[in-house]
Amino acid sequence: MYKAQLVIYEEEHRLLTEVCEKLLRDSMARAIFLVDKVGQLVTSCGQTENIDTTSLASLVAGATAATGGLAELLGENEFPAHYHQGERDSLYIALVGTELILTVVFDNRSTEGLVRLRVKRAGRELDTIFSDMNEKAASTAATSSGLFAEITDEDIENLFSDTF
Amino acid sequence: MSFINYAQREIILKIVYYGPGLCGKTTNVKFIYAGTNPDARGKLISLETKQERTLFFDFLPLSLPKIRGFKTRLHLYTVPGQLFYSASRKLIMKGADGVIFVADSQRERYEANIISMEDLKENLDAYGMSLDSIPFVVQYNKRDLPNISPVEDLRELLNPGHKYPDFEAVAADRNGPGVFDTLKSVVKMILLELKKGGK
Repeated sequence: MYKAQLVIYEEEHRLLTEVCEKLLRDSMARAIFLVDKVGQLVTSCGQTENIDTTSLASLVAGATAATGGLAELLGENEFPAHYHQGERDSLYIALVGTELILTVVFDNRSTEGLVRLRVKRAGRELDTIFSDMNEKAASTAATSSGLFAEITDEDIENLFSDTF
Repeated sequence: MSFINYAQREIILKIVYYGPGLCGKTTNVKFIYAGTNPDARGKLISLETKQERTLFFDFLPLSLPKIRGFKTRLHLYTVPGQLFYSASRKLIMKGADGVIFVADSQRERYEANIISMEDLKENLDAYGMSLDSIPFVVQYNKRDLPNISPVEDLRELLNPGHKYPDFEAVAADRNGPGVFDTLKSVVKMILLELKKGGK
């Protein structure tokens, strides 16, 4: 069987973004990124314009996967959070449920302690929204496969004509 | 696991290049990067050692035109081919929508191809997948070298019964024959699979 899809709907995307925006304010962070464990960006907010968000999402997922691998080696189930300290900006990365990764970029206007505290609460809210969304996706699976059902062979052929 | 974002109107597909060390996975991705319209490609990330061997993965995001109002994005990943990076390969396979196995056609890499194929099967199995449950394409690379096995032999070894699409390629050539054909083939298979609705 082909693996299930991760589907993000507009309503839940808005709710997830709102939680991230609140976290941004409460933690006095520079930017927040919500990424899935496969390396895809779900949403972001804050000062993201000078950051290559696609690369960031992929690398955050890679780093988190490697950290999870280390945890397993040591007999831990997971390391639920990891922290990278920089001279100017730092990164706090925390797992949300089983599929999401919350990434907070902050500078010296904030502290790791404050970020960790705020992330805890935001993480619970994000997990609830995401779980609800998965239930909705499961019950409307037919709709999302309907999106692909309309795709023709010609559509697929045209995908490549201007790109390569 | 394809990713459909209704808010951003985009579909993201993850494609993984697998194969033994030095078979040309990174060379495939570098050729695709060079041959893609600059507007349609993101930054190529290579996490490699000082000796330019892949340490963790290469990553290349590509944007294809819209399909039914949705932007189609491809996320290409390579795994590190060297045997001892097995743990990393498993991590990178998470959520893959399609796999391209790059075989090294050289006779002396016969054994390495077999080992890598077995390793791929094990890593797919770890995620509850198999070669038959995921879009899968084989590429016989380095067809320009003098010491290569005939395609029939490689097919018998890696793709018995010609069950999966396969392509001959020279990823290091300036024209990269077979490189884009391989990628297009797996993308088509993924979209057709999604069209079937996962049944």
